Amino acid sequence: MSQTAETAVIKASAGMRLPFLRRYGIWLAAVLLMIGLPFFARSGSALTMLSLMGIMIIFALSYNMLLGQAGMLSFGHAVYYGLGAFFVVHAMNAIIRAKYPVPLPALPLVGGVAGLGFAVIFGSVSTRRGGTAFAMISLGLAELVASSSLILRSFFGGEEGITTNRTRLYRLFDWNFGSQLQVYYLIAGWCIVCMVAMYAITRTPFGRMCNAVRENPERVEFIGYSPTMVRFIAFCLSGFFAGIAGGLAAINFEIVNASYVGLQQSGTVLLAAYIGGISHFVGPVLGAILVTYLQVMLSDVTEIWQLYFGLMFIAVVMFAPGGLAGLLMMHASLLRARTLHRLAGPYALLSGAAAIVAIGLILLIELTYRLMAKAADGSAMRMFGVSFDAASPVPWIVMTVLIAGGALLVRLIWPVVTQAWSDATAAVRAGGPP
Amino acid sequence: VLELILISTLNGVLFGMLLFLMASGLTLIFSMMGVLNFAHASFYMLGAFFGFQISRYAGFWAALLLAPPLVGTIGALVERYGLRNVHRHGHVAELLFTFGLAFVIEEIVQMVWGKAPVDYRVPASLDFTAFTVFSTNYPAYKLFMLLISIAIFIVLLGVLTRTRVGLIIQAALTRPNMVAMLGHNVPRVFMLVFGCGCALAAVAGVIAGPALVTQSNMAGLLGPILFVVIVVGGLGSLSGAFVASLLIGLVQTFAVSANGSLADLFAAFGVTPDPASVFSDLWNVTIAQIAPIIPYLMLVLILALRPAGLFGTRDT
Repeated sequence: MSQTAETAVIKASAGMRLPFLRRYGIWLAAVLLMIGLPFFARSGSALTMLSLMGIMIIFALSYNMLLGQAGMLSFGHAVYYGLGAFFVVHAMNAIIRAKYPVPLPALPLVGGVAGLGFAVIFGSVSTRRGGTAFAMISLGLAELVASSSLILRSFFGGEEGITTNRTRLYRLFDWNFGSQLQVYYLIAGWCIVCMVAMYAITRTPFGRMCNAVRENPERVEFIGYSPTMVRFIAFCLSGFFAGIAGGLAAINFEIVNASYVGLQQSGTVLLAAYIGGISHFVGPVLGAILVTYLQVMLSDVTEIWQLYFGLMFIAVVMFAPGGLAGLLMMHASLLRARTLHRLAGPYALLSGAAAIVAIGLILLIELTYRLMAKAADGSAMRMFGVSFDAASPVPWIVMTVLIAGGALLVRLIWPVVTQAWSDATAAVRAGGPP
Repeated sequence: VLELILISTLNGVLFGMLLFLMASGLTLIFSMMGVLNFAHASFYMLGAFFGFQISRYAGFWAALLLAPPLVGTIGALVERYGLRNVHRHGHVAELLFTFGLAFVIEEIVQMVWGKAPVDYRVPASLDFTAFTVFSTNYPAYKLFMLLISIAIFIVLLGVLTRTRVGLIIQAALTRPNMVAMLGHNVPRVFMLVFGCGCALAAVAGVIAGPALVTQSNMAGLLGPILFVVIVVGGLGSLSGAFVASLLIGLVQTFAVSANGSLADLFAAFGVTPDPASVFSDLWNVTIAQIAPIIPYLMLVLILALRPAGLFGTRDT
């Protein structure tokens, strides 16, 4: 009796009896969204940003195959991304020179194979152990490749990098990929294919073994699997998809330089995946979109945007280790039980108070920056539409009041929020709204 | 050649001792708390910049005295209010926290002091030539750096082996749970060790700042080498960290001053590789050029061949 119930639950959770629309609806929506977005965002800069987001989504998802699925923290994932990009650029130039009939959309595959090849080589050294040891080897390998990229000039092109021209390849259906719109659709197409492929991998027995290795490698060994082998395969697959992302980036920018394999790039993908949330498949997608958006928008607004970026990352690590996706998923059961609206009021209060603290902190950072690093440019500045003098005491007093007052408000409101939260979840447990 | 060897040895030992000042703190922190402190080199950088700022107002000696405790306090606060809260989310979260911290500290330093190198000079009282070997003048400041690091090394050794606190720390290195069960306040020991480790790194920063370049990328340059040191020496092994520091210090300095490439080697055997081939870069790279790679090659080799490191006992 209980056994049949269990199998029913398993079947339902595996989505075997779900109707077509419920099972594939989200993917259909994603495809439609990707096709439709350019009709709303017509400007060149918006299309460029969408293209960057597509590349970052693949890259972050490939990173999460390591960190989220198999529990391997890598500090050198850009190695496979960058090498994929370099191989694609060289392949493009070789194809143009020899006039092979290879269309551009097939080229990211070259990057994927390159990423896979190097992942096989480096993975055989680094995946023997997980945890901290793996993290350190990945860092060492990343430094090795990054330093080599500055030495081997004919392959990596030194400071100026390697350039190419994507319009001169063999044309299919008369697409020359001269416009950003066509490149966007190329990236969107690869993005969908890679997302589906990576999601499918998480549903295979191999994907489950990855999770098992993440949770408890010792037990995995006891039941007869080799954790090293599982890690190695995960590492290779992840390198493959990272290479595809790198290849798309090479096509998008038509230039590749040593910064592609650099530590900064590895750090960015780690931040994107973690801020999005590594314990849900959709997390890195959200993270990639947010991080790309912030990179593009914040760098226009302030020169020290990376500091905000880092602070946000630390805040996520400390207070929301599940990332954005984790925070959203916490509310999924409330939404289903229709008790979510009860939290709206307390959340609005809390975000108001948090915004006050945030504005105070931003003021503190910008004031310090203006007075210290930018001392030569004078102390006059303009923020939120208000002009003031950073050297006068007024903005500093305002800043202190904002931070202290905001923090006090947060402390006052916090019990209200936790109370509302426990009420709402209690209602869920009791079986929906009373 | 003899001159070159002598000077390189001195410089190598000096660089090695500086590395050890940092690596000792890092390996102590790692073996006690299981946290690989990514931000350790950032505290070294903070030490250098604090030293610079204080020495502008109160002179170098005040900076040497004041900056390390200041940075140590910051380190202890980070441990108490940051790391300890993250601890319950597991080791990966801790590692990520220190990674984010390193990122933020670098940005803060850029925010306050800018990206360009600051003018942090050798104090006038130490700005003379200590001795002359053949034709090279050896600056007194470098000798002073060497003496300071050796003095700290001896003090550290004394504290660790002769005092009660040192014994508890040593015990906590190998059996942290047992030490906690014996009634010692392990979290407080952790905070202390973390703070002291950061202070040691800051000492290295204050004295290395004038000799090297004090710039916001100095943590990023040195951090990975520190990891190499503690992995090659064996995680959790102080003597291993010492040997590895000296080894890497010497290897680095000698490699920088050495010339020669694979092409030279082959030419000695009468083989000339095709200069137009893709690998021509590889042939013509000199040893000085690959000097920055050598530590990472060592790291990968050590981890592949002897994962426990030269002197390590544990397998991670």
